[in-house]
Amino acid sequence: MTDLNTLRYSEEHEWVALDGDVATVGVTDYAAERLGDVVFVELPAVGTEIQANTVVGEIESTKSVGELYAPISGEVVEINDDVVADPALVNSGPFEGGWLIKVRVADGALDGLLDRDAYVALTEG
Amino acid sequence: MTDSNDAGPGERSRFTPLRERHEALGASFTDFGGWQMPVRYTSDLAEHRAVREAAGIFDISHMAEFTIDGAEAAVFLDHALAGRLSNMAVGKAKYSLLLAEPRGIVDDVIVYRLAEDRFLIISNAGNRDAVSEALRARTRSFAFGRTPELVGDDGSFGFVVGETGVRVEDVSDHYALLAVQGPNAEAIVAATEGITEVSTPWSEQRYYAWADGLFQGTPLLIARTGYTGEDGFELLVAADRAPALWDAVVAAGAGHGLVPCGLAARDTLRLEAGMPLYGHELSLDVVPAQAGLGRVVAADKERFVGKEGIEPADGARVLVGLAASGRRAGRAGYAVTDADGAVVGEITSGALSPTLGHPIAMAFVDPSAADGDLFLDVRGTRIPATVTDLPFYRRKK
Repeated sequence: MTDLNTLRYSEEHEWVALDGDVATVGVTDYAAERLGDVVFVELPAVGTEIQANTVVGEIESTKSVGELYAPISGEVVEINDDVVADPALVNSGPFEGGWLIKVRVADGALDGLLDRDAYVALTEG
Repeated sequence: MTDSNDAGPGERSRFTPLRERHEALGASFTDFGGWQMPVRYTSDLAEHRAVREAAGIFDISHMAEFTIDGAEAAVFLDHALAGRLSNMAVGKAKYSLLLAEPRGIVDDVIVYRLAEDRFLIISNAGNRDAVSEALRARTRSFAFGRTPELVGDDGSFGFVVGETGVRVEDVSDHYALLAVQGPNAEAIVAATEGITEVSTPWSEQRYYAWADGLFQGTPLLIARTGYTGEDGFELLVAADRAPALWDAVVAAGAGHGLVPCGLAARDTLRLEAGMPLYGHELSLDVVPAQAGLGRVVAADKERFVGKEGIEPADGARVLVGLAASGRRAGRAGYAVTDADGAVVGEITSGALSPTLGHPIAMAFVDPSAADGDLFLDVRGTRIPATVTDLPFYRRKK
């Protein structure tokens, strides 16, 4: 299991895990819960330069459409094809098999994101 | 990520008598028609599937109920509603419309004939006040100056003249309403502890009819109606008995695959069944024939409220079913375009159909476009769609 305390979070309910210079991005359990059953995921193509706080994809559930905001800037180096094929992974394991994209980032790219306590405070606010 | 379907901060919402049951089950709530209602308990898709394959139980206590009684109740409803209710047999239910003047739809309702001189109307939660106002105005126009209206201490209204007259009462706050829907619904209600004195054997109760009985000694109305496209029942009981009835049905359903279901599943179920939702397919801007509800209007009645406005305007858009492939659904408010990219309509409801596995939608489109190639504008992407007959899904009898 991922230790949620090691992750950083955006106010748009995404999580970011940094490993070297590659950040893995997904949506939080709170977001997955709010969306309901996810039925469609659209992700940016590998090689895309994404900008923090811009829309880079979509997550649709039976009930609603969510826009996927980039929590960080960088180059997309990998996308999760499994989640595109089986969007339910977002609900069953938002921090695990439901990860969305991997992004090569510059130093300090995660500055400004929330830590676990701040994120929990946000969702309980 | 942001959710574009969030209800805005509404006024103070009400909870039904089943609030504690929903909270104990971990429901997510949403504002619906001024009520905090369970949107889902576990999973929209699992709840939807349970109703198609086994059974679901829904709290629909937010719906509004009105009783109409008096010697002139039947002729009053012929005046107040689009259909002909006076020739309905006691024991039956009928879908009807409350038309606006000069045109449009105030609400869609189900009318139950409880006795020769007594009816029950179930209307949408969000239209409770509009329906109440309309009925009040219609008792006045129906009385036609015969007597001042009688307003009881109970908030009822209407008039009496000697032996005749009509009295309307909003009884919504007195009752809770539970829906048990799905192929196993009959087995479940028949096995529910505490339901006694049922007036008609379960297997002989017909769709769009009602029976009565007792639940733990208090009156229970058992209607074989629903909003899912499956067989099922809607159970009307005194509000304070609702938690006990919920528990009893849930206990009876344990061996029958019964699942508590929220409004998300209710919406996808009714969409597959091609059933309209007020505010989406029906509104003050829509006349019945446009929405495929011409059959609901008894145009041969000499006079009824809204009769002058039942003809659609020339070229008025018509409601169609649309099916697409892939997984991206068109949603309410999205444009429908023709092969040239011209906007020819608008989606009123849409989702990826859990049962069929492809996107479905209902949309109002220009009549001239209703048999051509159409496209859904899904946030800038053109998705080809085919006009299909409603309902999208029909249960096997």
